Amino acid sequence: MNMLIYLIPVALLLGGLGLGAFLWSLRNGQYEDLDGAAWRVLNDEDHPKQ
Amino acid sequence: MSCCAPGTEGALDMARSAALPSSEELLLASLDLGEGLRQTDLSVPAVHCGTCITAIETALSSMPEVQKARVNLSTRRVSIVWRAEGPAGATDPVELARTIKRATGYDAHLFSSEAEASDRLKSQLIRGVAVTGFAAANIMLLSVSVWSGAEASTRDLFHWISAMIAAPALVYGGRFFYQSAFAALKQGRTNMDVPIALAITLSYAVSLWETIHHGHHAWFDATVSLLFFLLIGRTLDHIMRDRARSAITGLARLSPRGAMVVQTDGSRDYRPVEEVSPGDLIAIAAGDRLPLDGVVVEGESDLDMSIVNGESVPLAVYPGDAVRAGTVSLTGSLVVRATATAANSFLAEVIALMEAAEGGRAQYRRIADRAARLYSPAVHLLALLTFFGWGIFGGDWKQAMLIAIAVLIITCPCALGLAVPVVQVVAAGRLFQNGVMVKDGSAMERLAEIDTVVFDKTGTLTLGRPKLTAIEGKPHSLALAAALAAHSRHPLSQALSANHSGPMPFIASVRELAGEGIIAVLAEGEARLGSRAFACPGSKATASGGSEVVLSVNGQEEACFLFEDEIRPGAWMAVETLRKKGFQLALLSGDRTPVVAAMASRLGIADWYAELTPKGKAEALAVLKQAGRVTLMVGDGINDAPALSAAHVSIAPATAADIGRQAADFVFTHDNLDAVPLAIEVSRRAGRLIRENFALAIGYNVIAVPIAIAGYATPLIASVAMSTSSLIVVANALRLNRLARSHVGGGSPARPKEGALSGKVRLA
Repeated sequence: MNMLIYLIPVALLLGGLGLGAFLWSLRNGQYEDLDGAAWRVLNDEDHPKQ
Repeated sequence: MSCCAPGTEGALDMARSAALPSSEELLLASLDLGEGLRQTDLSVPAVHCGTCITAIETALSSMPEVQKARVNLSTRRVSIVWRAEGPAGATDPVELARTIKRATGYDAHLFSSEAEASDRLKSQLIRGVAVTGFAAANIMLLSVSVWSGAEASTRDLFHWISAMIAAPALVYGGRFFYQSAFAALKQGRTNMDVPIALAITLSYAVSLWETIHHGHHAWFDATVSLLFFLLIGRTLDHIMRDRARSAITGLARLSPRGAMVVQTDGSRDYRPVEEVSPGDLIAIAAGDRLPLDGVVVEGESDLDMSIVNGESVPLAVYPGDAVRAGTVSLTGSLVVRATATAANSFLAEVIALMEAAEGGRAQYRRIADRAARLYSPAVHLLALLTFFGWGIFGGDWKQAMLIAIAVLIITCPCALGLAVPVVQVVAAGRLFQNGVMVKDGSAMERLAEIDTVVFDKTGTLTLGRPKLTAIEGKPHSLALAAALAAHSRHPLSQALSANHSGPMPFIASVRELAGEGIIAVLAEGEARLGSRAFACPGSKATASGGSEVVLSVNGQEEACFLFEDEIRPGAWMAVETLRKKGFQLALLSGDRTPVVAAMASRLGIADWYAELTPKGKAEALAVLKQAGRVTLMVGDGINDAPALSAAHVSIAPATAADIGRQAADFVFTHDNLDAVPLAIEVSRRAGRLIRENFALAIGYNVIAVPIAIAGYATPLIASVAMSTSSLIVVANALRLNRLARSHVGGGSPARPKEGALSGKVRLA
């Protein structure tokens, strides 16, 4: 019973981290071009020009 | 088009498509990022693979003035950041579009960026899904421990934690449903969101009350997972509409954004069309589209009227003639005095007609809403009866309340909320892969109901491009005619020169007379290519359905070339397929009677009307509607726009006028007219699956509701039942993928007769 005091916050925190990471990637535009990303992973060269 | 092989088809296409936006337009549409940087977003609808991405990005990045170029394959757009002042002076933004064309052969278009607001809603919805998903997962974990038999104090603790997680999720994720339910109730209607809002609110309130009083059963998990599933449905529905919209606005804009205004001192100034007032002089170069209605002041030219009235033959105009917005000057430059502002031009008349015509759409109620109209009163009545039943016969009003709420939660249309959008998203995805874009889900529901298909002719059944079908006279004269025709932009001339391959005589200079033809002085004498009256003065014009061009030397007829509008690939098959499936067919055209009659008899359409005005087309559809027919309109021109909105549902090719694409519910991007039967087929299957899903969801209720009314529904049973029914509905919707694939793969037999129909060149 006592360990619940730690475990529940830890579980929620980890879940929250996942949620935060998802919201961050959403805001970062990582879902804007899913079709393109599938092709880009096959590209040999690195960034052509920044 | 197999793949993005650089330059092959592009080179061939280069001459025909003068569709690149002008540099003034591009500059007007670009975004100023400050520090001399500008951003231009171009739509390149033909991008489709990884090689395209690399080809475009490499080509653009190697330009010194480009700072960053990125292709988005999902939206088929290229976003370019470039310096306004390059190393070699001011940058010409057309060079960007031209580079894309050179690298891949694809056309780049401008689009209007009006989809911003819907993008915001989309990310709000996705964030809502993420937050409720997080809440649902955590509460479910806590609930599982409660169900496995936690002791009283742990149970209370878990209930409190669940309550605290659920509250923000309910506000954050539930606001979409609360807002919609509130809006519906304010108008005295009810929709699917009313029972949803009621169920999540009541179940949360009761669970909280139970938690405070150390009760055994709390429904937090049901509340939040319900919200989670429903938000998924809502998000899918929105994404589907959004994707189609971005693809459609991404295509070419046919009405120009600006006009070259000639000032009184002779200088020229490119201005947005809104700032051009009646009386201004506008310069139109050959190949430009007219931005406004006006009167020709100077110059003569042939106007391509096809997009305005469906007429396939260009019209010659001279000083003093009235010209309309949307037409293209083909052969000469003009100076036009504007007679109306952009808001009062021909286009605006059409828009007014469209608003008047709004047919099936306005009154159409979505299947889900119709279901909700029956469903929500039934559910509310059932819960109320349960409440009074248990209260009166059981005597315990608190328990009666709990059971009534269990009924509300069990019956909450979780599966119903997913039943429609999942099917429609899968169907729209199928259609999208086959080059058909759907504007919204209701369009598919409406398309499943039609019994009559009405076609436009020019640009829909035909490609609006003339094709050489026969040569009468001396066959070798094709070389001479092609050499002459190469000097002209008239569509018949271009078709003629495109048809000839091989050596042709060199002709240095020609004189072109608008509406008549081309004259060149050769060693043999004076060669003329044009209408019969022009080439052989004194001879009579022959009456025929198609168009003809006559070549003469010194007034002696050498050869006569006959043209027909090139029929769209798959048109014959599509018409035949539709007829076999039992649809009534009709043809509405603004073109001349003999041309329409020839086309109708070739395709076997008995019900045809020619020389219709835009208003006439809309009226013809109204007549059909009064006769009890449910119509699908397939059309493309500005003149079709009122008819497209008057019909129950409508389809336009991507080559259609801007306004036609806006009015249509479906847009197909391939040349092939197969898209029409395919869209109907997929919509019908989707309709069937939606009804199946409704049946499944109702079947689930028939089993679950008696359990709830009997008072045996615990939160555990509710969770299991709700999740299972949602999963079953989703799995059933995915079956459409398989069905549609087998239809597309196996259902396209070889196209016979296509060649015979469109006519090989016959040497007579």
